[in-house]
Amino acid sequence: MYITKDVVLNAAFLSRIKLDEKETEEMQKQMSEIVEFMDILNQVDTDDNESLMHTSEITNVMREDETSPSYEREDILKNAPCRNEEYFVVPKTVE
Amino acid sequence: MNILNMTALETGAAIKNGKISSPEVVRQVLDAAETGNGKTNAYITLCREKALKRAEEVQKKIKSGELLSPLAGVPFSVKDNICTRGVKTTCASRMLENFEPVYNATVIDELEKAGAVIIGKLNMDEFAMGSTSETSYFGTVRNPWNNDRVAGGSSGGAAAAVSGKMALATLGTDTGGSVRQPAAYCGVTGFKPSYGTVSRFGLIAYASSFDQIGPIAHDAADCAAIMNIISGKDKKDGTSLDINYPDFLSSLTGDVKGVRIGIPAECYSNPELDTEVAEKTMAAVSVLQKSGACVEEFSLPFFDYAVPAYYIIASAEASSNLSRYDGVKYGFRSDDSGSLSNMYCDSRSMGFGSEVKRRIILGTFVLSSGYYDAYYQKALKVKSVIMKKTAEIFSKYDLVMCPVSPATAPETGKSLVNPLKMYISDIYTVWANLAGLPAISLPCGFDSAGMPLGVQIIGPALSDVKVLDAAHAYQKHTDFHKKYAGVK
Repeated sequence: MYITKDVVLNAAFLSRIKLDEKETEEMQKQMSEIVEFMDILNQVDTDDNESLMHTSEITNVMREDETSPSYEREDILKNAPCRNEEYFVVPKTVE
Repeated sequence: MNILNMTALETGAAIKNGKISSPEVVRQVLDAAETGNGKTNAYITLCREKALKRAEEVQKKIKSGELLSPLAGVPFSVKDNICTRGVKTTCASRMLENFEPVYNATVIDELEKAGAVIIGKLNMDEFAMGSTSETSYFGTVRNPWNNDRVAGGSSGGAAAAVSGKMALATLGTDTGGSVRQPAAYCGVTGFKPSYGTVSRFGLIAYASSFDQIGPIAHDAADCAAIMNIISGKDKKDGTSLDINYPDFLSSLTGDVKGVRIGIPAECYSNPELDTEVAEKTMAAVSVLQKSGACVEEFSLPFFDYAVPAYYIIASAEASSNLSRYDGVKYGFRSDDSGSLSNMYCDSRSMGFGSEVKRRIILGTFVLSSGYYDAYYQKALKVKSVIMKKTAEIFSKYDLVMCPVSPATAPETGKSLVNPLKMYISDIYTVWANLAGLPAISLPCGFDSAGMPLGVQIIGPALSDVKVLDAAHAYQKHTDFHKKYAGVK
């Protein structure tokens, strides 16, 4: 399948990644090659096959609903790029 | 006593017998790592003081008989996508340049319980995406055998460190060949365990249904000893298996009499396969045949479909896993972006390198409305076909042998210009990840340029012992695993 510029820009937008003009052009070229290569899968007859997400047969793993200590807030907040005492700080979202 | 020529098990035994102390061993490896790192760039972080302090404590416990593991006191180096409490874990990305985890990965806790000493964090492809360790934010890893060649990827730092005598034992991770291919390029042994046998808790996710932690070390026996420590059910990883785990090390017999080994014809008719790699890997098969294994050629009907199916699923999972990097709770944040949505976009665009962005966008595309069925669902169905065929193959053969990579390590700077070509070079390794199989890469010779190459042994799911044992048998009859590059 040929990948148009719009397809690239839409996927980039959904990914929250900005591409400049040159990057968009390069991504379009590379994605077209890669997706064309992936189209070979159309040769495989998969009509009788379910989609397989996982190789193991594990389904749901349940545990007892017990309380246990969580991490220290201070330790967690140390990695925050911007904080205010006990909170993560983000740019203003409501005017 | 110079331990740099010894295996991890030999070193552990020397420590136990009092011939050398753990702090002395740790010092020797750290010195070698500091000297060699300028040429190879194998490490991102070395923790000298922390490691030496810990070695002193471990030494006391070995003396008092508290620590009994054959690897107690042995220094370990760990790929930088495995979380270490209080030690930077960067994933070789600007995004996590200053990230200090507040917890250890389960494998780190297990290593520490056994008395291992973590000495440093190893360079890699950014977020484990790449086949050359050139996408690292911290610079290219160079092959100790020839610094103009890549070390392979994504666990390039681990393979380069072992082969350059800058590490005794390491943990890498393998999503599509990232333990096995660098091990082959650097002439060391790399083992990818069955999916579910080693906890992924604390491994920074790339493609969760394929990711698996595995050892890169000097030989198969070291890998088995490491498996004894890191394998097991972990309640913090829902995909870890609740089974009876064998004693991998004591199960090694080195006997392959009567073992049925299949050779996939398509692997050898591949026009991309280098003739020297073909010859040397077939010679490795002959070694096991002479030791009593029964060898037969068979057809691997899905050979051409494995790489496209793998990259669709891996990219899809990557796009989802990496959506957590938003510049809010941890990781890189851009300054002065204005609105919240701009801050997300700018942080991700500046924090990720180009290969990571390519896979996120590709993964988003295959999951997006209008393409989901044609690509993502189709790939999952092909995976289902591959699983069925795999079961048929292993009803006839105990093990499969093939090359690890179509050629030896390429020169630096050549691979990233053509990502599709780089993806296709994973053709021999992705099967094991798609089907959750154990697989090992063993050094089996050198090409005419003097670069090492590897042969791969693959087994059915949960046949890890059988794979390691065949590898052990091969290494009993050969000495390629004893040749190290040293740092040039």
